[in-house]
Amino acid sequence: MNKKSKGTSVKVRRVIAYVVLILLSFLCLFWFYVLFINATRSNSELKMGFTALPSKHLWKNWINLVGGTLPVVRGLVNSLIVSSLNAILCTYFSTMTAYAIHAYRFKFRNVLYTFILMIMMIPNQVTALGFVQLMQKMNLMDNLLPLILPSIAAPVTFFYMKQYMDSVLSKSLIEAARMDGAGELMTFHRIVLPLMKPAIAVQAIFTFVSSWNNYFIPSLILHKDKIKTLPILIAQLRSADWLKFDMGQVYVMIAFSIFPVIIVYLFLSKYIVGGVMAGGVKE
Amino acid sequence: MKKKSKVVSYNKWGYIFLIPFFVVFTVFQLIPLITTIYNSFFENYRSGLKQIGPNFVGLANYGKILTSGELWKYAGNTLIVWLIGFIPQIFFSLLLAAWFTDPSLRLRGQRFFKTVIYLPNLIMASAFAMLFFTLFSEQGPINSILINMGILSKPFKFFSSIGATRSLIGFMNFIMWFGNTTILLMAGMMGIDTTLFEAAEVDGATSTQIFFKITLPLLRPILVYVLITSLIGGIQMFDVPQILTNGSGDPVRSTMTMIMWLNKHLYSKNYGMGGALSVLLFIITGALSFAVFKATDTRESTY
Amino acid sequence: MKKRLLSIVLGVAMTTTLLAGCGSSSTDSTADSSASAAASTAETTSTAEAAAGSTAAVDTGADEGKVLNIQCWNEEFKSRVEDHYPGYEKDSSDPNKGKIGDVTVQWTITPSDDNAYQNNLDNILPENADASADDKVDIFLMEADYAKKYVNSDVTMNVKDLGITDDDISQMYDYTKDIVKDSDGNLKGLSWQACSAGLIYNRAAAKDVLGTDDPEQVQEAVKDWDTFNETAAKLKEKGYTVTSSANDTYRVYSNNVSGPWVQDGKVVVDDNIKKWVDDSKKLVDAGETGTYDLWSDDWNKGFFPDGKVFCYFGPAWLINFCMQADQDGSIANQGGWGFVEGPQSFYWGGTWIAAATGTDNPTLVKDIMLTMTTDETVLKDIVVKDSDCVNNKALLEELANDDSFQSPILGGQNPYKMLAAGAEKVDMSNISDYDQGCNEEFQKAMKNYFEGNTDYDGALAQFKTAITEKYPDITMD
Repeated sequence: MNKKSKGTSVKVRRVIAYVVLILLSFLCLFWFYVLFINATRSNSELKMGFTALPSKHLWKNWINLVGGTLPVVRGLVNSLIVSSLNAILCTYFSTMTAYAIHAYRFKFRNVLYTFILMIMMIPNQVTALGFVQLMQKMNLMDNLLPLILPSIAAPVTFFYMKQYMDSVLSKSLIEAARMDGAGELMTFHRIVLPLMKPAIAVQAIFTFVSSWNNYFIPSLILHKDKIKTLPILIAQLRSADWLKFDMGQVYVMIAFSIFPVIIVYLFLSKYIVGGVMAGGVKE
Repeated sequence: MKKKSKVVSYNKWGYIFLIPFFVVFTVFQLIPLITTIYNSFFENYRSGLKQIGPNFVGLANYGKILTSGELWKYAGNTLIVWLIGFIPQIFFSLLLAAWFTDPSLRLRGQRFFKTVIYLPNLIMASAFAMLFFTLFSEQGPINSILINMGILSKPFKFFSSIGATRSLIGFMNFIMWFGNTTILLMAGMMGIDTTLFEAAEVDGATSTQIFFKITLPLLRPILVYVLITSLIGGIQMFDVPQILTNGSGDPVRSTMTMIMWLNKHLYSKNYGMGGALSVLLFIITGALSFAVFKATDTRESTY
Repeated sequence: MKKRLLSIVLGVAMTTTLLAGCGSSSTDSTADSSASAAASTAETTSTAEAAAGSTAAVDTGADEGKVLNIQCWNEEFKSRVEDHYPGYEKDSSDPNKGKIGDVTVQWTITPSDDNAYQNNLDNILPENADASADDKVDIFLMEADYAKKYVNSDVTMNVKDLGITDDDISQMYDYTKDIVKDSDGNLKGLSWQACSAGLIYNRAAAKDVLGTDDPEQVQEAVKDWDTFNETAAKLKEKGYTVTSSANDTYRVYSNNVSGPWVQDGKVVVDDNIKKWVDDSKKLVDAGETGTYDLWSDDWNKGFFPDGKVFCYFGPAWLINFCMQADQDGSIANQGGWGFVEGPQSFYWGGTWIAAATGTDNPTLVKDIMLTMTTDETVLKDIVVKDSDCVNNKALLEELANDDSFQSPILGGQNPYKMLAAGAEKVDMSNISDYDQGCNEEFQKAMKNYFEGNTDYDGALAQFKTAITEKYPDITMD
């Protein structure tokens, strides 16, 4: 009796779960479906309202876009450069910083650690004003460096690395390496970095994505078309210009900045989702 | 003696490894932060080609911001829009995480669902906002679909309605973040010792009881983490409303967030007012983070 | 090549003489004119030599700079110079470089998005005199909305100081000069375009509602704002909106104000602007127009018959480039638009060429400015090839009477007569340094009032807030 009612309740709960999941999945995917359909339609077709089936103007819209005034391919290259370097620098140096706090006992260690945790709360935007002024003085406006170098000091990534390190890197392991006569740099590169690989992979992806999507600071630094990253070009779609009248082009441009990420994600999703989980467990 | 000096020489590497972080931090964050604070005490702006100031004005910029009422309005907007997104986000994340980790449910297609709900988190916020702007415009596909389905008789002006615009921004934040939160919470739940659940089930506890009595309390550290990061993210909210409303924060500036307002001052090169606003935002962020940290966490060890 | 150049020389000389003859002026001024004709002939000859590619040194000012820096925000002026300036050679490897004689022309294009173009100018122009010779800005371009900001500053050269005389520019419309005169009346820029505008109406809608699509009778139905609003009500009965958005008429009202936006450091909302607010509110409430932002996808729906929009307000370039004549099914594609003057005259757009203080190529700058804005052969060529409406009274007169300039988009109507008449009437003596910000923010704020999210005072308060954010030095009360 008891067992039976429990069985039905599980069944009911399972149905509810599926319904909610399907609904949420729909809410996640629907927009991209509409985006895809509309990217394949010409401006005059778009004027006639929405249809569920794609048309055949995708390639033509794309040609129009590339031949237009927005330097989209250039923007893609710029975005790739900034995001890749961000991911590499950020994870490497955050691991190094975490290792410094984790493995060594020195004066001010606790002070510095608390300090880094405190500055984790400072939003980027708060220092933007001084940042832009400084970049003007350093002659780094319209340059990609101000978007790349600051990633070396990333308190949030540091925090994640430190947490992860606490659980995987024991004192004895470091001691053992020292016994074998490995120098400190060598220990870091040969022992610590490989051990941190899962955490580095997760954080590399996150850093890459957040840099890929970053809009606020680049919009203050980059003004020349040649140097702009994709999010800024996207924002320009809204500024008044009759050249952007072709909605087919607008949709293709949005699709162009969204779909490559989705495709890469579908290949890596197992590792990404798993990585987020793995990171979460350690916290 | 010899051993001690060896330890000391190891430990100097602690400083060496910290150098890159602190050099970069000093150049790209500390100096900008200090100049931002310094700027906040000056009248310093551009009007056309004329440069006004810098003239020292003490706390006048702060006075202007705090008394004008604008700051509170935009802080309120930010909070409302954040809540519209965060409440469903935390609700569905907890629900989904509980379902995914419940062995008795044996949900199929978990990998598919996890992949799908995490996907929006990777989407460029500016592209997503631009997409929503085109989809929800008066002649856009959403109106067209709703009319074809007979739900609407004439196009609804989403961006002329305060409620609709705010809800859209909140909704986008929800869609973009609930997958991430779900996975973090799942990780937390899977870290809970399963014998606890088994013991509870033997004692005849329902799954609801288990959730509230065992899962939630044990999940507190990770909930705190989610709350803090989401809150800081909320205060920094910019991309989505900025692009959705083309920087205007309309209707009637009801969707203008604090950072959008800051952006307006930066845009007109008003370094005095911008500086003062930045410092206030800095204080608000710090206070909120600290309060949440203290209120929800009894003990936080740094080790 | 030589032949064509000779005809330029002859053309200029002839027109000048002709004009001098036509004018009922005293002998004195006739003498002046012929003197200037001689001067301009000499001028053209020197360009002719350059164009002919002779090995002799080009008269670009022998001891002047070797790099001509031009600041602009898009390709428009660059392509005009490339196509029409005699002697300009493109650099095949770098699209932003070219040569005139032995002077290298360097184009710097900074898009106007997010004010980037002006920010760039604001940074470099004040220090232009001290910049190294090859980096000195020589020419920069301006739009009317913010021209006063540069005109009222020392960074822009008085065209007189370049040696450009009133006679050189006698054929230009006054409003194109008013926009670039500083507070002391010194002229600081020249434009080759006259963007006077009018009301572009949907012929089918006119037939349907007014019973005729004849321009003269349609003009009767929109001759002033009261009539215009009455017509709007009639259009509504048949399911048309009079305009696509309230913002469509904004320029028409704001071009006809009695005083500038900012007077003695205070913002003043002119009566005609207030009238725009009141008229538009009524139209929006009655469902006779919308509230879209200009250039948005919703706004341009009326370019297609299904959009059911009666008219747009705009100049020739809106008709020629923006109304999607190349797309099947658009009204423009079917030649379904007509053109009339509308309730009040106004202009929209245009690019002004200015010389930057500190330029080290004054001779060449002068020649480019004069050739591109006053040489009738060049201007006519621009009309034919680029469909710009040019800033030259005599030429527009000629075009108005030339049947080959009938526009297929306008169903065979020749718009130049209207454009020429309109350009005479435009009065831009009331623009100020702050126009761009004030116009933008005012429309943004009033949209909230039109849509019922706040009352007029609320919208006005929002406007005040936005203005003080943009221009902290001006006050509202």
